[in-house]
Amino acid sequence: MAKRIEVSGLHAYYGGVHAIEDISMTVEPRSVTAFIGPSGCGKSTFLRTLNRMHEVIPNARVQGKVMLDDEDLYGKDVDPVAVRRVVGMVFQRPNPFPTMSIYDNVAAGLKLNGVRRKGQLDEIVEESLKGANLWNEVKDRLSKPGAGLSGGQQQRLCIARAIAVKPQVLLMDEPCSALDPISTLAIEDLIAKLKSLYTIVIVTHNMQQAARVSDRTAFFNIAGTGQPGKLIEIDETSKIFTNPEQKATEDYITGRFG
Amino acid sequence: MTSETGVEATAGAKHRATGRPMSTGRAGDRIFSGAARGSGIFVLALMAAIAVFLIWKAIPALQKNEASFLTTEEWNPNAIPPKFGIAQLAFGTVVSSFLALLIAAPVAIGIALFISFYAPRKLTGLLGYVVDLLAAVPSIVYGLWGLYFLSQHMEGVSKILNTLLGWIPFFGGSPGKNSIFTASVVLAIMILPIISSISREVFLQVPQANVEAAQALGATRWETIRMAVLPYGRSGMIGASMLGLGRAMGETIAVAMVLTFVPGINIHLLEDGGATFASNIANSFAEAGETGRGALIASGLVLFVITLVVNMAARAVVARRKEFV
Repeated sequence: MAKRIEVSGLHAYYGGVHAIEDISMTVEPRSVTAFIGPSGCGKSTFLRTLNRMHEVIPNARVQGKVMLDDEDLYGKDVDPVAVRRVVGMVFQRPNPFPTMSIYDNVAAGLKLNGVRRKGQLDEIVEESLKGANLWNEVKDRLSKPGAGLSGGQQQRLCIARAIAVKPQVLLMDEPCSALDPISTLAIEDLIAKLKSLYTIVIVTHNMQQAARVSDRTAFFNIAGTGQPGKLIEIDETSKIFTNPEQKATEDYITGRFG
Repeated sequence: MTSETGVEATAGAKHRATGRPMSTGRAGDRIFSGAARGSGIFVLALMAAIAVFLIWKAIPALQKNEASFLTTEEWNPNAIPPKFGIAQLAFGTVVSSFLALLIAAPVAIGIALFISFYAPRKLTGLLGYVVDLLAAVPSIVYGLWGLYFLSQHMEGVSKILNTLLGWIPFFGGSPGKNSIFTASVVLAIMILPIISSISREVFLQVPQANVEAAQALGATRWETIRMAVLPYGRSGMIGASMLGLGRAMGETIAVAMVLTFVPGINIHLLEDGGATFASNIANSFAEAGETGRGALIASGLVLFVITLVVNMAARAVVARRKEFV
């Protein structure tokens, strides 16, 4: 179920603003790749180009190539909606549908894919909630609103919602930045568990987190305000944190930034 | 409540650092809370005053009434003995308003969805403006237009409906120009802008996070609307519709101009005839005697009550799934 992502020569724009410049990298399947870098360096923008969510912003556009195994996500007759069904996403702030129950939140994506049979839905909802380490906490109140859960539970609900449709890739945009340390730990455990099944890409501002959860780390940077973000280097996480090739990376991870 | 340092945060307490009175005791706060409370009380008092006025003016006429006020269809308060009842008016008002709502709400919400999610960016401003402009047209103009233009053209539509759906009593009978149906269409156009613009406001409130959540699951535009926008905007759309309904029920002059008065309740909505509370008041007030005026005020009181009930029902609908919003 996990696929390799190969990006080559990718540029992204917001109207006239050149947000990220000429990014090429490979994201390995069944592993966790972390994106780190200062605010505004284009990590999230780049992440959103991987499931074509970048272009939902008015005037935003993308140039370049993103291959998911052997399929070009930006190919001429590729429907962005179809791309998003195979590349799932978890956002910075937990965003369960406020009008839906816990059950319906998890089932939302399945219903889009035409799964209607109650038995099958029940089964996948349970499996997804278990997959997201949330089942035991919510199994007795599946019909309660998803928005009534705590922040950490809501984020795990969002992960359950994303994995319910069995995506090839799971993108996570700072999934723990709105959570307390205990919830963060729960999500990190979950990431470690999910990586045997999915290709996971996670954007994080927390370098310890990148070091803890990821197999490979990519460091992004900007030359200055208004300049496009660039990929500085990508390598094994252990290498990036101990012996990076680039000085900029070393400065960033040791806190001697700028 | 006592804080750790033992300073009590009550009115009149002094701020530890500045020595000035705590915020709850400042003049500005007192004036503001007094003004806010006063406004609230004023609105309630105004409502009560209107109700008292209507009841006080209505009672003498009701005492002289020889017929049952609630169930009689005829309206002859100036006859001797006076006989009048609101059955026909209530029927006309409720049916024409709900029919108008039935026509207007889907169209208005469709317009709002189109403007918010489908129209090209450049067009949205203009479209919104044009729809809002419909609200600025005076109702007398709608009345004239309904009477001299729309009713002429509604005859054909009514006949088609009559042929196709004549077996349903509402669409039966012999279709005319100045029917409750025509009045409903005029009302629908009049309440369209309010429903549409409130729905649009509601759609603007939908959190971007929810929209993106749906999109990231691979929802098409329509699926995104169904998943994230409509459920979120549900209570707002109901509220908008109820405001529209309220306006339709109270609308006077346009309805009075379009409808031809024919006595008696007629469930054939395509036939000429019908009257509403407001149109009846507009048509009869000038020639009414003292009992007549009292009778009209009594009918106004009933309209007031119906509007209140409709609003309360709408609130109940909105509150029913409050847990989820």
